[in-house]
Parts: sequence; C-alpha cells; structure tokens
Amino acid sequence: MSHLTGVRFLQGNIACAEGAIAAGCRFFAGYPITPSTEVAEWLAKRMPEVGGVFIQMEDEIASVSAIVGARWAGKKAMTATSGPGFSLMMETIGYAAMTETPIVIVDVQRGGPSTGQPTLPATGDVLQSRFGSHGDYATISLAPNSVQEMFDLTVEAFNLSERYRVPVMLMADEIVGHMREKVVLPEEVETFTAPLSRRGVKYFRPGRDLVPKMQVFGRGYGVHVTGLTHDERGYPATSDPAVHTRLVRRLVDKVEKNAPRIIRVEEHLTEDAEVVLISYGAPSRSALAAVRELREMGVRAGMLRLVTLFPFPCRRVRELGEQAELVVLEMNLGQMLREVERCAGRRVHFLPKIGGELHTPQEVVRFVRKL
Amino acid sequence: MIEEEHPSLRFLRAERMPHILCEGCGNGIVVNAMLEAMVELGVDMEKVVFVSGIGCSSRIPGYLRFDSLHTTHGRPIAFATGIKLANPELEVIVITGDGDMASIGGNHFLHAARRNMDLLVICSNNYNYGMTGGQASPTTPLGWRTTTSPYGNAEPPMDIARVASAAGANYVARWSTASPLQIKQAIKKALRKEGFRLVEVLTQCPTVFGRRNRLRTAVEMLRWYRENTVALHHAEELERQGVDLSAKVVVGEFADRSKPGLVRRLGLVREEVAEKEEEAPEAVAPAEEDERIREARRRILEAIERLSTPRVRRMIELGMDVEKIEEELLK
Repeated sequence: MSHLTGVRFLQGNIACAEGAIAAGCRFFAGYPITPSTEVAEWLAKRMPEVGGVFIQMEDEIASVSAIVGARWAGKKAMTATSGPGFSLMMETIGYAAMTETPIVIVDVQRGGPSTGQPTLPATGDVLQSRFGSHGDYATISLAPNSVQEMFDLTVEAFNLSERYRVPVMLMADEIVGHMREKVVLPEEVETFTAPLSRRGVKYFRPGRDLVPKMQVFGRGYGVHVTGLTHDERGYPATSDPAVHTRLVRRLVDKVEKNAPRIIRVEEHLTEDAEVVLISYGAPSRSALAAVRELREMGVRAGMLRLVTLFPFPCRRVRELGEQAELVVLEMNLGQMLREVERCAGRRVHFLPKIGGELHTPQEVVRFVRKL
Repeated sequence: MIEEEHPSLRFLRAERMPHILCEGCGNGIVVNAMLEAMVELGVDMEKVVFVSGIGCSSRIPGYLRFDSLHTTHGRPIAFATGIKLANPELEVIVITGDGDMASIGGNHFLHAARRNMDLLVICSNNYNYGMTGGQASPTTPLGWRTTTSPYGNAEPPMDIARVASAAGANYVARWSTASPLQIKQAIKKALRKEGFRLVEVLTQCPTVFGRRNRLRTAVEMLRWYRENTVALHHAEELERQGVDLSAKVVVGEFADRSKPGLVRRLGLVREEVAEKEEEAPEAVAPAEEDERIREARRRILEAIERLSTPRVRRMIELGMDVEKIEEELLK
C-alpha cells in the first residue's frame, strides 16, 4: 500500500503527509503542536501501513534529531511543527546543514512571537527558516498556497533535499494546513534519492555541482559525520581557517549557485503589468483575486507568487521592479519585504496583515488604487 | 602473554592521532573495556554505529574506525533513536558524558529509558564539564570544587544509574575506571540484551576536576574510587545496619530486566497492521469518517462527472491540468 491517489477532498496537513509517503518518506518523528498536529496524527496511522516508522518524541529538538539519525540510517525522513517547535529545531537544522543531511521540516505557521496565536495563521517564521540557526549556511524554503501544493511541494521538498543535501523547509501556514480542498494525487510522482559514494573515497568531497555523494551507516565504510568544521574526509579540523572557509562557502554556494535550478515562481499577467503584487502562501490567493478585479477596473496589475522563498528569486524581482510598482503582501510585519527591497532597487509598497486574518481582495484592491 | 600490538589499535583511526584527551584521562580505559567486550562477543563491527554528543567522551567515536555520528550537545540519544528505529539491524552505541546526558540531554535520556529504546548508552561520568575547563555538572558531588562552584558545590548530584532504572531501562550498571573488568563484563551483558541499556562509568579527570579537589593525578583519583565505591549488595547490607553511605558511591547492577524494547514493540504493531490489511483486502486507504466530508467528496465527484463534456475531454487532450480546466469552466 502506498500513498492516496486520485481525486480527493483533503485537509492540507493530510495532503502534506500523503505527499511525504509519495516521496518515499518512511520515517516521521514529531511532537504535537497546533496547527500542524494532523500531519503527525495521519502519519501515526499511515507509517505502519506503508512499512515505515512513526515516533512521537519528547520534544521538537528530539524530533528533528531523530530524523537526521534516520536519514543516516538510510530512510527518508520528515518532521512537522509550528513556530514554537520550529524555534527549538534551529539547533539541529544547523547541524543538518553542516552535515549535509537531507531532511524535510514542515512548519505550519501560526501567529507569533512566542506561543502567540496557536490557531491562527501567520507567516512570521519565514526569515527564521533561512537564518534561524547560528553561523553561515544556506537552506531551501518552499511556500505552498493550496492543499494541492501541500502534496506537491512536500514531494518537491524531499527531492530538493536529496538533490542538494540540505534541510528543506515547507513553510505552510494555518490556512493551507487546515483548509480542505480538492486535490488530484497522481499514481506516480517523480522522486530523487541522493546517490551513494563508493567505499574509501573522501566522503565529503563535493562533485562539480558542489554536492558530495551521500553515505549511509551499516555498510562497513567507517563514515564519520560531525557538526564540527571538518575536512573532506569528514574529520574535525576546527582550527584551520582554510578548511572552515572552504567548507562553509561551499555549504552556502551549493544552494546559491544552484539557485536558478531550484527557484520556482508563479506569475500572472506580469507581461504588461504596471503594478505587481508579490506574495506567497495563503495571501497569494487574495492577491490573485485582487489582480483579476484590478484588471476589470482597467488597472494593469500582475502577480508574482514565490513558490520558493529561499533561495530568493532576486533577478526576477529586479526585472519586475524595472517595469512596475511592487507591492508586497505578507502575514508578518515585513520579512520577505526585506528580500524584495534588497533586490528591487526601488521603493517597495507594503501591505502587511497580522492578527490572524487573511488579506481580503477588496483591501488589496483599495491599497493598489491608492498608490 | 606479550601482545605485539595494543589490541585496540586496529580499531583506531591512526591518521587522527594525537587525540585531544589529557594525560591521565579515564576515557581510554572506557574505550579499551568497550572494544574488548565487543571483540569477545564477536559483534559484527560493520553494523556498529557510534553516536555521541559534545564533551570529552563524545570525541571518542571520532578516533574509532566505525560509522559514527558526532552530534550536538545533549542530543545523541535522540539522533541514535532515529538511527536504530530506521534500521534495527544496526548496533547503535551512544557515548556520552554526565553533562551531555544528565544535564542538557536529561529529557532525551529519561524518555529513551522510559520507552526502553534499543540503545546501549555508555556514560562516562567524570563529575564535571572537562571540555570547557572543569565546571560543575549534575553529578558533581556536594561540596566539591569546580570553576563554577569555587566555594564547593551547593547542589546535590543526580544518581544517573538509579534514575535510568526508575525510568524503565532494561539494564543499568555503574562501575568506575578502577574496575575495568567489571566495565567490560557490564558492556558484554548489555550488548546481549535489547531495550535501553546504560553503563555508567565513573571516569577520572585529574586535569580539570581532580586537581581542584586534592586528587592531582590519575592514580590518586583511581585510589579514591577504590576507597569510596561500595558494591550494591554490600551497600544494602550496610544501610540495613544503619551505616551512613552518603559520601560513598554505590556501584553494581541497578537493573537487569527483559522487557521488550521499542524496536520489538513497533514491529508487533506493524505486523498487526499488515494482518488487518490482509484480512480486508478491499479496504481502501484511510478515509475520514466525517459525514460532511463524505458528502462533499460525493458532490465533487458528481460534479466532475457532470463536467466531462466533449469540451472537458478536449481540454484534457490539450494537456491542461485540472486547475486550468476548472478555471476555464468557471469563466
């Protein structure tokens, strides 16, 4: 028995869980937290059915640590959480980045800071997903805006994590997590698994794409994996500036230099747009409705939806900034706004919304008409 | 008998020498006892995975020619849990210390013991944080001096072995580096069992701990262990006689149970689920029980059927995805 298929009416969190199964995930460790708990509940039931492992750990630190361990034992692995748990996971996310462990972390975002608004949506964790752990590193963050994408992007998250050997974060929000919509789940999905290296090579020597081949424990190769600065053999070399520089630059470059292959955006009516709404996650649906309404009113509006939050589609934002006024819509007080401002090279308009309510198309329309 | 070569040498990564441990450190005794136990038992070395956290003892796996995951501070048991559950064929051994396991990793330790997680944990308890220069740890005895208890430790210590036993571990033993044979025997016994197994080893740290407590050398510290450890069965007898043992350390076997480990329990769950599926081959994948949802799904399917007009079929042939078709129809 494998993942659910066909036309279904599912909750976002469940679509995410099924996406994980479809992607080949056979290990889930998690800790209950609103509004992500359904991912764990669903997989508690499903993992034994597909021959996988579900375990409820004692906290989120343990959950993400367990999935890192599981991946080194050869199983694709995932955890799911929300803001407070995501904060706890930062330590091991840095470890996964340093040890180049492919894992997927789902953050169904709620209102923060702290315990904040457990049952209401926000996207206040997006910068944390990129910069939350200490030190320099790079990871990949995706932002689904529908139940269908909770499935599709979970699969994509696994494939990217395996392709680039990085933790990938699926930055959902309470709306897409709890919303129920029609989804079409394909019989077969394209999956990718990091290829294994041969015995005796330097296990952390990168290929031309800056990504080293993977290893798993139990093959008798004596692979040493450490979160300390290490050389290409995997051995600690903590006080050699050259080793550290080479390693950390590569960890960042393997994502940044491969960004054109990673980045996905969705555009609507941007060709002739004089104003482009930039959004992601649930608010992007209001943005699209607003674009249609504005077009009817004769305003040449378009939309850029960030499917990939990080690496950030800087070049495309710059191009659009040369052509149109840019308006950022997000459910926080200006996080992706910073990225847009950094790349746009012009003043960016901003329509934030916090408190747990989604932007309405009307308020977006009003905002744009006042520009 | 004279050995040509140190029996542990073939397991060491010679290219990584010299190691970072201090002269007189007890961790070498732990390594030798452990490797001897593994060799004597004929453990399949290719299936052994060492997992460690942060601290002096946690650096041990980096010098051994085995698969090893050197993790973050306090978390090795959590990482190890993932490894073992993902591939139960592996013999997962956690090497940790008192600070790593009892302090920052206290919760992981408690819960791994509670769920009787199939791990062998070797805790090298040197009573202090050696790596960072000798600060007080949860096992520093009352009144002893460290850099963060310069007037004598005001906090009572944690009894790691008894905590593990109370939490549900299958096997718990505590010995000191003054009795390496017992360490080896305990590890051998532990390796033959399933579930959570803890071997706590009191390990001398003359360099940053002993010297602040008038035990300047390894020999002095080992002598202190000899003179201040009491075997469990003696301790029980002495306590019955009313002898105060609060300044002594009790050593021995604190638990020796044969409850199923989590790997076995989860295996039983999977078997049960598989059996149910065989009984009911018609059973579809889990559907939600909610009546409302069933109704909604029925309506959607009907709608799709209704919409399967030649126009829709044409759109499908043109390769449009469902979203696009929906958009087109709603125009």
